[in-house]
Amino acid sequence: MPTLRVDGKEITVEKGTTIIRAAETLGIAIPYYCYHPGLSVAGNCRMCLVEVEKMPKPQIACHIQCQDGMEVYTQTEKVKKLREHILEFLLVNHPLDCPVCDQAGECKLQDYYMEHGLYDSRLNEKKVKKSAKAVPIGPTIMLDSERCILCSRCVRFTDEITGTGEFGIFNRGDHSEIGIYPGRELNNKYSGNVADICPVGALTDRDFRFKCRVWYLEKTESICPGCARGCNMTIETNLERPHHAHGERVMRLKPRYNSEVNDWWMCDAGRYGYKFIDHDRITEPIQRLDGVVRTMEWNEIVANLLKLFKGILKASKDEIAVFVSPQMTNEELYLAKKLFIKELGLERVFLVSTNPEGDQDDFLIRADKHPNRKGAEWLGFKEDERAIKKVMDDALSGALKGLVMFGQDLISLYPDRNIAEMLTRLSLSVFIGSNHHVTSEQAQFVLPAAAYAEKEGTFTNFLGRVQRIHQALTPLARSKPESEILMLLARRLGFDWAYESQEDVFDGLRRSVPQFQGMSYAKIGKQGVMAE
Amino acid sequence: MIKTKIVHRPKLNFWQKLYFPEVFRGVLLTSRHFFKNLILHFFHSFGLFRRIAAAVTIQYPEEFWKLPSRLRTRHRLTKREDGSPRCVACMMCETVCPARCIYIVAEEHPDPNIEKRPKSFDIDLGKCVYCGFCVEACPEDAIRMDTKILDIAAYSRQGMMLDMNELLNPTTFIPRREASRKS
Repeated sequence: MPTLRVDGKEITVEKGTTIIRAAETLGIAIPYYCYHPGLSVAGNCRMCLVEVEKMPKPQIACHIQCQDGMEVYTQTEKVKKLREHILEFLLVNHPLDCPVCDQAGECKLQDYYMEHGLYDSRLNEKKVKKSAKAVPIGPTIMLDSERCILCSRCVRFTDEITGTGEFGIFNRGDHSEIGIYPGRELNNKYSGNVADICPVGALTDRDFRFKCRVWYLEKTESICPGCARGCNMTIETNLERPHHAHGERVMRLKPRYNSEVNDWWMCDAGRYGYKFIDHDRITEPIQRLDGVVRTMEWNEIVANLLKLFKGILKASKDEIAVFVSPQMTNEELYLAKKLFIKELGLERVFLVSTNPEGDQDDFLIRADKHPNRKGAEWLGFKEDERAIKKVMDDALSGALKGLVMFGQDLISLYPDRNIAEMLTRLSLSVFIGSNHHVTSEQAQFVLPAAAYAEKEGTFTNFLGRVQRIHQALTPLARSKPESEILMLLARRLGFDWAYESQEDVFDGLRRSVPQFQGMSYAKIGKQGVMAE
Repeated sequence: MIKTKIVHRPKLNFWQKLYFPEVFRGVLLTSRHFFKNLILHFFHSFGLFRRIAAAVTIQYPEEFWKLPSRLRTRHRLTKREDGSPRCVACMMCETVCPARCIYIVAEEHPDPNIEKRPKSFDIDLGKCVYCGFCVEACPEDAIRMDTKILDIAAYSRQGMMLDMNELLNPTTFIPRREASRKS
């Protein structure tokens, strides 16, 4: 374990730790472009040069490993001059089109120029023009090789992380530029990440391009609901300037570092899977009774719904089935369990997927496209194919009268069964979900639910890691989070529930389900906790 | 020590105390100015006797105040040589605007060598405070406040919105004769 001093501060680190990591632990920021903790060391940007005692020349902090007794200086006059001159070199052929560049505001060139540069340009020569500006190199990424500083992060990403190797550096000297190998296209499942790791505006996200300036964005930490992995990410929203992107609220999703789940990365399906939050949403409670379609107030629709519900319940408890979904948070599933199983004594409450199984790889993507199947299983919900089929058969034969669905598009999920016919035979069909689809168009009572970005709660990923989602937006129009809908139903049914927040609900969950024992929102924090 | 000076009410003499002669004198004074200005302004409008000054009143809709050249007036967007807007939709003006009255939507330019262009550019004059920050912030000299249009009115709030076409071609500007007299 070598002990060294950085700027006079002593630190003991693991053998093999680089100077840049040691300085980071001490809170000393060393500027860098090509270094990325998730990639191999290239050492070509030279921005992280520091002075090390007894070494004749400045050394790159991203590559030099800490030795016992090392004396590192990061703030000497020489180092400061070096940073200034390196920056001047990096900017020699940079077009400085910051006003039209999408990276402006989160660009390392801008940041470091203000911090370490601040020189006057001495360049009298013409800048070397690279081959092309704004070239789409794949479905997700736009390349502008003029702005590139050749840090080679994207090359290393496609070589080391995805193993697809689309990127390369072509030509020599100041004509060298980043590009895609001839005949190739950047269309792997993780291509969006290269826009994140590009420290300048050379690789920009085609989906986000020109939608909104980055300084308008508000960031909320959340969990990707796209699959059972539960990648940590930030929801970036623009509420102040709704005229951008036609009033869409969510502008983009960015991965957030979590060494236990997704490191720095995120798949494209998750990254661009946010459109449903602002499109095709159910905005108002809708009632379809006796051929009349009406939008209604919450109080009114709940009263009408419960009148029918109580009628069926009085006759037999077997005549009502509830389909909960693994898209719901642990808190919502707990409330559903409490209401339908404990308080009302229903027996036919099943877990039903909302999405069919998809692709899977050995990196991040999981076949199960639901964020919270593990949590639902811990709460005792099982996806029992036979029981679900039985419910559908009973509904067709008339033995089942009421069905409550939480977002499942049954018509598309079970194309071989006559679901539309089944729904017309039910005397009560309730759909609680966020988006319109064929099944929601058929249900008698449609209650608008909030999307995941509009509520608080927790998801449990497939490894058993409980992670928090935070509310980034207020629920659209008159939609409510499922937990609120369940509490409203419970109150109307005469149960006295005293939950003020999702944290209270989680408290109840923690007491009743052994896997959640000892957890709290504070303990889950930003990175989540593993269940014991 | 504060010095006080007592100002006495002026004493009225005999003629003034009679009241009616003074009223008549006042009416005469007002009438003299009225007829003098009426005749002089009438001649001035034909370009006659302009050296003899009339009252400072500016004959507003026909005449206009001589505006200082640095005065900030209604906005306009400047054009390139081919007539397209110089604006590159960088949102600097929108960001800096303290009244938040600028609304820009950007789009991709069909020419890949030009990055970005405004799809729409609206200014809500009902909110604008005429601070001129947008002109200061613009890196392309695309927005200016030199149309000399000051008289802005509309029948609705929507009427105070200027779209990109209006900003590029300030049509409501009616060239008027500048007042003969400086302010």
